[in-house]
Amino acid sequence: MKNSRWLSLYAVVAYAFLHLPLLVLAVFSFNSSRFTRWEGFSITWYQAAFADADLGEGTINSLIIAIAATVLATIIGTLCAYGLWKRSSLWISSTLYLSLVTPEIVMGIALLAFYQWIFRFLHLPLGMHTVILAHVMFCTAYVVTVVAARLRGFDASQEEAAMDLGATEWQAFLRVTLPQLIPGIASAALLVFTTSFDDFVITSLVAGVDSQTLPMVIYSMARKGFNPSVNAISTLIVTALGVLILISDRLEHKA
Amino acid sequence: MIRLRAWCLTPSLLMLGGLFLIPLAIIFSYSVLSRGPYGGVEQPFTWENYARLADPLYLSILLRSVLYSAIATTVCLLMGFPLALFISRSGPRRNLYLSLVALPFWTSFLVRTYAWMFLLRDTGLINTTLQSLGLINEPLPLLYNPFAVMIGLVYGYLPFLILPIYASLERLDKSLLEAAADLGARPLTALMQVILPLSMPGIRAGSVLVFISCLGAYLTPDLLGGGKTIMIGNVVQNQFTAARDWPFGAALSLVLMLFVMLLLMPLLRRKEGGLL
Repeated sequence: MKNSRWLSLYAVVAYAFLHLPLLVLAVFSFNSSRFTRWEGFSITWYQAAFADADLGEGTINSLIIAIAATVLATIIGTLCAYGLWKRSSLWISSTLYLSLVTPEIVMGIALLAFYQWIFRFLHLPLGMHTVILAHVMFCTAYVVTVVAARLRGFDASQEEAAMDLGATEWQAFLRVTLPQLIPGIASAALLVFTTSFDDFVITSLVAGVDSQTLPMVIYSMARKGFNPSVNAISTLIVTALGVLILISDRLEHKA
Repeated sequence: MIRLRAWCLTPSLLMLGGLFLIPLAIIFSYSVLSRGPYGGVEQPFTWENYARLADPLYLSILLRSVLYSAIATTVCLLMGFPLALFISRSGPRRNLYLSLVALPFWTSFLVRTYAWMFLLRDTGLINTTLQSLGLINEPLPLLYNPFAVMIGLVYGYLPFLILPIYASLERLDKSLLEAAADLGARPLTALMQVILPLSMPGIRAGSVLVFISCLGAYLTPDLLGGGKTIMIGNVVQNQFTAARDWPFGAALSLVLMLFVMLLLMPLLRRKEGGLL
């Protein structure tokens, strides 16, 4: 069925609504003026953003956290999806589902209360490690979802054939199933990286003084008042994460 | 056979138990304890924190959150359904159009919220443009009000509705539409009597997802509402930071959690949530 003219016209408006705010932000990040009036092209605000010590430190912290959380969540999530594929467990999938729909603010304060409670005995402060663990927690369910979708179309007889030919269960998993899951796993990993890199609500609750992430720095800059450097750094983030998402999307549709 | 599966599931069981279920249990135990003098919690056991939810101040915030979420969901539905219909009828370009919906959704939520601050603030793009065109003299108060929060919620969660509705429309048997047309139904009649009822699973799943996301919103009312139009999420955060009333914050967040679970229950039974 073809689209009517009205529906197509509406689609243009709807896509404009979805994309214009970010495009406008990107355009004005190249504005030479400090004010919101176009006065000419310049990369002043990018230079200012790169020179900003807080933004630099935040970026490094966010990268460390996102990489660590991605590695851990991808491994845990892939193994979990595989385990559930062998035999499903209503308990585990319901709990994962619940973790996926729990409001971020609730998960954030629950983790904060948990850390405070446990650290009374261990005498540990909040820091990068607490943020990483929190991110692994809320990212794993994404990995399970993506990898489980991949496994749904997977023929179990391949593993059986490998085992008939003398492979152990582990070998069948590692050398037959896992290689075929790689595109799905990579796609999930990229998704998790962007989610972790971008998280603000949970992170700000469980981060310590020495673990300010990039979204936390941007948040406090945005609260303080207008600063064109935020436009510049925002544009860079959206572009970088957008590229990762496109790659992830490609990987998911491949094969 | 069982051994490998057990190995595979152990890390996630440890994680779900240690970092999800135990924290939730702690929150529950805090919610029935009393407030300590410097934050934290103390004996004795009490249901007082739940009773405080009936306080008109908090009740009005609860009702406001439900109202905002309902309005935002309705707007998302009205905006999302036609777009999902458009995408499902776009032939080979469907995947491109779908990616164009998902792309801004997956990139930074914080930046997307900030983009609206940039547009709506007194010295923002909309006010500056209107002023330079001479249409207004004073900047319009666009930011820090319920309207700004609503835009932020709709903008933030619109794709949550488009994607499930699209999935429903994709599954729709095209021959039913031909049958409707053969029987003399006009496009609008076919839309109302064939397409709409058959896309109900997607509409239902999407609406619930948008509604619960809005209900738990924290960042949007915080940045775009400017402290005056706070929602439940902001109260929860405040109890755990500035107000230092952990038991009450815990009670509030459990009520929020309960809302979310009750709303999701029918979806899970119908397997329309379809996430796992």
